[in-house]
Amino acid sequence: MADVTAGDAFADKIPKRTNPIVKFIVAQPLGFVGFLIVLLYFVLAVGAQWIAPYHPEEVDFGAMLTGPSPEHLFGTDQYGRDVFSRLVYGARTALAVGMLSAIVGCTLGAILGATSGYFGGIIDNVIQRLVDIMLSFPIIVLAMVVVAVLGRNMIAGIDANLIVAIALPMVPKMARIARSSTLSIAQMPFIDAARAAGYSHARIVLRHILPNIVAPYLIMLTAFIAQAILLEASLSFLGLGVTEPTAAWGLMLSGSSADFYQAAPWMILFPGLAITLAVFAFNLLGDSLRDWLDPKMKV
Amino acid sequence: MLGYIVRRLLMVIPTLIGVAVAVFFLIRVMPGDPVVVKLRADGAAVTEETIQAERKRLGLDKPLMVQFTDYMIGLTRLDLGKSLWTGESVANEIAIRFPVTLQVAIMATLIAVLIAVPLGTLCAVYRDTWIDNLIRVLAVSGLAIPGFWLGMLIILALLYFFNWLPKIGYVSIFEDPVANLSALFWPALSVGYRYAAVVTRMMRSALLEVMREDYIRTARAKGVYESLVTRRHGLRNALLPVVTVVGLEFAFLIGGLVVTEQVFNLNGIGKLFVDATARGDFTLIQGLVLLIATVFVVVNLLVDLLYAALDPRIRLT
Amino acid sequence: MKKLTLLSATALVALGGGLAEAQTPKKGGTLNFAVVAEPPTIDCHAVTTFAFAHPGLPHYSKLLKWKGDYKNLKIVPDAAESFEQAPDGMTYTFKLRQNVKFHDGAPMTSEDVKASYDRIINPPEGVVSARRSLYADIKSVETPDAHTVVFRMKQPNASMLTHFASPWNCIYRAAKLKEDPQFPAKTILGTGAYEFVEYVKGSHWTAKRFDGYFLPDRPYLDGYKAFFVKSNAVVTGMIGGQFDGEFRGRTPTERDQLVAGMKENATVVDGPWVTNLMFTFNTQKKPFDDVRVRQALTLAIDRWGGAPALSKISMLRDVSGLLRPGYEYALAGAELEALPGFSKDIAKSRERAKQLLKEAGVPNLKVKLVNRNVAEPYTPGGIFLIDQWRRIGVEVEHTQLETKLFFDAMKEGNFDVLVEFISDFADDPSAQFDKFLTKEKSSQAASGHNDKKLDELFDKQAREIDPVKRKALVNEFERHALTQVYSAPLLWWQRIIVHHKKIKGWEHQANHFTATDLVDVWLDQ
Repeated sequence: MADVTAGDAFADKIPKRTNPIVKFIVAQPLGFVGFLIVLLYFVLAVGAQWIAPYHPEEVDFGAMLTGPSPEHLFGTDQYGRDVFSRLVYGARTALAVGMLSAIVGCTLGAILGATSGYFGGIIDNVIQRLVDIMLSFPIIVLAMVVVAVLGRNMIAGIDANLIVAIALPMVPKMARIARSSTLSIAQMPFIDAARAAGYSHARIVLRHILPNIVAPYLIMLTAFIAQAILLEASLSFLGLGVTEPTAAWGLMLSGSSADFYQAAPWMILFPGLAITLAVFAFNLLGDSLRDWLDPKMKV
Repeated sequence: MLGYIVRRLLMVIPTLIGVAVAVFFLIRVMPGDPVVVKLRADGAAVTEETIQAERKRLGLDKPLMVQFTDYMIGLTRLDLGKSLWTGESVANEIAIRFPVTLQVAIMATLIAVLIAVPLGTLCAVYRDTWIDNLIRVLAVSGLAIPGFWLGMLIILALLYFFNWLPKIGYVSIFEDPVANLSALFWPALSVGYRYAAVVTRMMRSALLEVMREDYIRTARAKGVYESLVTRRHGLRNALLPVVTVVGLEFAFLIGGLVVTEQVFNLNGIGKLFVDATARGDFTLIQGLVLLIATVFVVVNLLVDLLYAALDPRIRLT
Repeated sequence: MKKLTLLSATALVALGGGLAEAQTPKKGGTLNFAVVAEPPTIDCHAVTTFAFAHPGLPHYSKLLKWKGDYKNLKIVPDAAESFEQAPDGMTYTFKLRQNVKFHDGAPMTSEDVKASYDRIINPPEGVVSARRSLYADIKSVETPDAHTVVFRMKQPNASMLTHFASPWNCIYRAAKLKEDPQFPAKTILGTGAYEFVEYVKGSHWTAKRFDGYFLPDRPYLDGYKAFFVKSNAVVTGMIGGQFDGEFRGRTPTERDQLVAGMKENATVVDGPWVTNLMFTFNTQKKPFDDVRVRQALTLAIDRWGGAPALSKISMLRDVSGLLRPGYEYALAGAELEALPGFSKDIAKSRERAKQLLKEAGVPNLKVKLVNRNVAEPYTPGGIFLIDQWRRIGVEVEHTQLETKLFFDAMKEGNFDVLVEFISDFADDPSAQFDKFLTKEKSSQAASGHNDKKLDELFDKQAREIDPVKRKALVNEFERHALTQVYSAPLLWWQRIIVHHKKIKGWEHQANHFTATDLVDVWLDQ
């Protein structure tokens, strides 16, 4: 879980009427560092085929388990595959799975929460009980149950069911936040006005409520991407996530690679660092976004 | 107070029934056949007829609603059924593994609290100094390091520096405390780090919030020493949200040690859960999910009660 | 640059073997060993996993058993004193030993053998007999006297002796079975060399020497303790001295770690395994109904080039066809190399493969490969296959499924190519050919082809009790199957056993089910 807790308000230190990006850098230097790292991962993911010196799945029995060297920057694994190239392509897998599932989870949660808060009554009660039940399970357990129940379903090289498994545990959290934001918005005069004007519920929710929960949505989305990357790595480590020979960080640590602990520590070291740094960067960015956009937000 | 406890307990029941029903039907739509896994996974040439016979023996040939009724009736007598894989009672299968998981969770909680309370306090006291920033960066990285990777690094370090690894197999702490603690300390540490990070952040923000409140300002205005203010007034009230986080995290650890138990080879609930889902052992999965939900609900209740005990402003009626 | 270091395993084997012969066995001691899975049941007739064979089978004797190592293997009497096969293969007569006793003191008679075999052949309601179909040719089990058992056949079966030597055919007490057919699933009561002490789930299984065992001076050990651990705990457990062996098989990397950690205390026994990794085409799907496509995909694989490298990092080691390399009925040498995918000239084979794909109209083939989600050796096998196919321009979508989902996909035909395996307790064409038959004939076949020639050849060799004639039929089956490529072997496994050098008298029989009775194992300490 990437917990985001209340932090400090730098608001008073921000000079007025400057470029918002400059403001962000000044107010949230750590967040900006996070942003730069995230940017770096995006560059790696998008430019993988130009940056990686080898095909990530290329087996080379002539170069099994060689240590870091100019030819293989981070060494090779037991199949002679280039660890650096696999890390670079791994960024693609991590970001694709992480972002897709965070978007799915966050959006579902936002809709559920907004509906719950807007309508209240029985609908609210039912949704809140559901949310309670889901919140009472560790995310890894929920994800494993989803993987077990749905099996696998490859669409365009990505396991759609894996996305669902990672997205689902995020739904209840987002739903809670969206609900409380909705409750405060729903009391505002302009909602009453919209109701009085006879707009449909769908229109009010879509046009008036949802735009007003964009800030918490973005904050949670960033935090969820971090959580999703971590969860994907854990599932892949357990053999329930991404499958070989796809380059994925968690997978690089799983299965028999643990046998090479001593013979080839670089196989363990680099993928773990890649995960840590990515999650760290997204968390930092998420925290700072929250402090900046909505210092009162509680999770 | 008693009335409140009774009411809370009564509210728990529908939640657990909801979980029980949901998990039963969810799991039955799971693809794959546990009986096939059981008989064919090792390559034996088992005929379809034999598989049907085993299915019948396990009661899997009965109509779904009959199975469901049996299961719900069993639950009223606290009977979780028998594992499809071993034929042993689910309660028994869980009871064998529970102590390991429980102990790691307790140890991780102790480690987390011992680290987090002082660090979180330091952060709040030295707010926005380098101490605060350093600890915060450490905490954010604690949230970022995958627990299983930290576990692997710990194993690697133990091997590298001491050429030693904890013995395999669980020894009860009452039987051989040294062997027990030396085996379970490392997994507890690997989850404890992340846990400590969560609690540190909560501790810091809770303290900061409390410090802004009127009575602290009053105390300061009265000329009470700053350290005394922090200790006597700040800490106690800040502990409330911290207790909540500690409680919830503890509850999550009971089911959430899945990956750590794999890394350190512990025969706990998490490993059982991985095995059960891989084998499609319906009854065992149901039992485990119910257990995890129950632990969560009970811990939640305890946290609420503790809240009442710690904060004189809360009256539970 | 650090390269993978490999130890000369053969030198150590020679050392271990040589010492054992020179010494007289010592009595006493407890054998501690690891078992890397847990049995779902303790009933021999129902169980199919080594997880029971290792801790459980030493409690039981059978009619016959296997003796010697894989190079020098024969069937010998166990609880029987002698056995005889009629020349026409229609009757088998077993004379039982006079002094066989159950652990509760009761003597074993022909009634117990009959009751046990009846339970296997015609299991009563509620009893699972996992290998029932293998005994379908038996017409009746007769007991002319207390120490003679006669099996009468419906028709000859060339594999029958192998099946009588099955490690799973434990002899149970007839009186107990009569009271409760489920008795063996609840209680261990056999005539083997060890008595049952306790089984703690998830932890261990212990046994002690049975003083009333029928062989004089056996067993040597006072008892044994099996530890149930996860596979990745074996290395640390053995180096730490918690247990002294694991008898399923370790990976080459684990062998190297063990030898590095145990130093001179390690004995390594390397050998083949009657287990292979193979891939099966879904011939119900286009274009895999086209023999050219199937041939192209097997031609692309550099088996001879990949095997030496894979043998250093995985359990895959040997190149062979449908039967274990070294088995007398297996195709080998030039005969094997003439078949598609087994030539040593990989460049030429790949050219031919590309050409075949072009002819079949699928130069840019995409394949959905379904594999098991088991690290060893399915993952390395899959990675190797995908890499080899990429080299002829075939794109692969790899799905690794948990065992349960895997069998589901297999049954539903939800795959283009399926990675599967053959595993058995003995070299036996009837057992190893089963997966290559039509679906009508075999419950295990996944390819869905309709080639009746294979079924016919299978039946003929199964009934042919003349070894020379049978070999010819077996070879013809293998050639036909490897040319049509409904399924093709990738590589055969190696079975690497590492144990403490003090363990003596343990035999490597190229499978992990037999040679588990621990009667002749002793500790040199």
